[in-house]
Amino acid sequence: MNSITTQQKRLRSRHRSDRRFKYYGMIAIAFALAFLTFFFVDIISKALPAFQQAYVQVSVNYSPSIVKNYNTAIDKNDRKLVSKTFLRTLPRKLKAHPELLNTTQIEWALANHRVDQYLKGHDGHGLKRKDQKYVDELFKEKKIELNFNKGFFTNGDSKLAESAGILAAAIGSIFLLLITMAVAVPIGVMTAIYLEEFAPDNRFTQAIEVNINNLAAIPSILYGLLGLAIFINVMGVPRSSALAGGLTLSLMTLPIIIIATRAALRSIPDNIRDAAYALGASNLQTVWHHVLPLAFPGILTGSIIGLAQAMGETAPLLIVGMMAYIPEAPTGILDATTVLPAQIYTWSSESMRAFEERTAAGIVVLLTVLLLLNAFAVWLRNRSQKTW
Amino acid sequence: MKKQIMAITALAAVSFFAHTAAQAAETIQIVGSSTVYPFSSYTAQALGETTKFKTPVVESTGSGGGMKLFCAGAGLDTPDFTNASRRMKVSEFEKCQANGVKDITEMVVGYDGIAIAQSKETASINLSRKDLMLAVAAEVPSKDGTHLVANPYHYWNEINASLPHREIRVYGPPTSSGTRDAFEDMILKHLTKKMDVYTKLYKADEKKNKAYKKYHKIRQDGVFVPSGENDNLIVQKLARDTAALGIFGYSYLEENSDSIAPANIDGVIPTPATIANHSYPLSRSLYFYIKKSHIGKVPGMMEYANLFMSEKMVGDGGECTDIGLIALPKAEREHYRAALKNLTNMTADDFKAKH
Repeated sequence: MNSITTQQKRLRSRHRSDRRFKYYGMIAIAFALAFLTFFFVDIISKALPAFQQAYVQVSVNYSPSIVKNYNTAIDKNDRKLVSKTFLRTLPRKLKAHPELLNTTQIEWALANHRVDQYLKGHDGHGLKRKDQKYVDELFKEKKIELNFNKGFFTNGDSKLAESAGILAAAIGSIFLLLITMAVAVPIGVMTAIYLEEFAPDNRFTQAIEVNINNLAAIPSILYGLLGLAIFINVMGVPRSSALAGGLTLSLMTLPIIIIATRAALRSIPDNIRDAAYALGASNLQTVWHHVLPLAFPGILTGSIIGLAQAMGETAPLLIVGMMAYIPEAPTGILDATTVLPAQIYTWSSESMRAFEERTAAGIVVLLTVLLLLNAFAVWLRNRSQKTW
Repeated sequence: MKKQIMAITALAAVSFFAHTAAQAAETIQIVGSSTVYPFSSYTAQALGETTKFKTPVVESTGSGGGMKLFCAGAGLDTPDFTNASRRMKVSEFEKCQANGVKDITEMVVGYDGIAIAQSKETASINLSRKDLMLAVAAEVPSKDGTHLVANPYHYWNEINASLPHREIRVYGPPTSSGTRDAFEDMILKHLTKKMDVYTKLYKADEKKNKAYKKYHKIRQDGVFVPSGENDNLIVQKLARDTAALGIFGYSYLEENSDSIAPANIDGVIPTPATIANHSYPLSRSLYFYIKKSHIGKVPGMMEYANLFMSEKMVGDGGECTDIGLIALPKAEREHYRAALKNLTNMTADDFKAKH
């Protein structure tokens, strides 16, 4: 009798600790979810206003004098509301459209950041009392409107918050990604194939293996210093150029790709290789016709995750000079360029208050791209997964 | 599937490299101080938007980092301009000369003030430079003034009985920042180089006690909080921590005047007027340097320099003054504009004259 109750007690206590263990796990997940939600709500709520931008309707007087002084094109009261970017481009516009000379046009102009921030009800807009009233009036007459901020996706960086956009940085990121891919993927995959399929297992290859695993864990800024020393100082690649950044990032991505590829190759059962050899296939044929196609999803997933990490990297790019004011999108790999995370960092340190929401919007864009890349990796894996 | 992807990748890579092989259009390259960076990049944008030239690339590397890149050589891959929030040092000038950067023209674009600010809700505070020095130095004179002790002060009224009983906490820039250099120069070195209690240690042993010649070590016991290069962070901290003071460039004070207010330093608050006439003690000149050998090889250099020095940008009420630059007096502006026209060379003698 007695022994049964002890047993039951013990069983109950074991079940209790079972449940506790489960709850610990749930608490951990709840914490992680809470942080994630907080982060997303905070960033997205800050970013949303940036996707709208104030525009103001003004009459532009295309007199010949605006070529010398563009300020004269617009009435003095309206000039305080309009972005400098709009005014500065007027002489060029006149040159491109000579028929506008000596006419007055009603146009929707980009409003400056003070008007924009005032309309969005943000503190620290810095718009003068007198101008506030004027803006309120125009808003009632529907001569000032908040519209979708197209410029954010079609412009490059700008010192004026209202015309700052993400396009140049996005193109820069694509350039870097392509270079990293073109350099790191072939070298990484070939290294992994050699180590996994051909290399003898001796001291030397073991040393290489340990080194590669260590390289994957090195702080990324060291790759920046390496890139500066090798590519810029020795090889003479221009500072801040897409090539310098891309090569530096490929150094950083190489170990990740090698490790992922080796894991993928190792997961292919040996009987597939044996079957190929038994039919008289050479090493090349075995690897190229049988092992690689089966390992391909794994290799691709590893590469994409490596590239996604490279895309979010800033530290090494700081060293090779990409954290700079570069408003124009690159047209070649030797052109100076900036990238998405660098652009976010530059905006976060601007003193103009309107950059705050653009920083958040930049983060949203970067996160979206990264999520898409990772989703693509998952999709590829699921699509071509095979079981033996 | 694999072959297709590989083929597409290879094709993309090849066309990509081929397209760009011979393409290295010369763009103006500017490096240097993070304090001058907002004005320099603003001008760069204006040049890009109003002329046919490509927008210059402006990188903020810090004054010292900029000099190092600028003086590295005369090749076209080196920067064409460098910005600085202090004057070029003799050692840097000599390095330039040694590396073949012989002809350099020096420009001053305006002034910058360093603001000591606090939350707007806090009662205003009057500090002398000495109060500040005693609050942030790692070692300060003992009560009787005979020797140095580790900084014992934790409340302002311990330093000066007329100050409020308020905890000392200062958010400031890290050591890599030009603003930190300037703060150390104008607050710490400025006072300690004339105080016997520091200098007598230096005189006693010039090698070992070199640090005491112009003592500028800032305390590390948590009272002075280095807060990163991002001045916005300091501004945000001040809004929450109402007892604290923050140190940053004047433009951030101007842009955030709804939440923070300046402290009086030696009885003067920073305004464009007090910074320009130097009655506010924490003001400094902002420089940029032109590599003359690149003019004519890199298109747009003179246009950029002329635009940066123009009344429209740095004159009274110019566009750069809207974003926080303090204009030079008119005579000075004329002086530097004339120097720009003649592209006056810097010489070793310039460093002898007091600037």
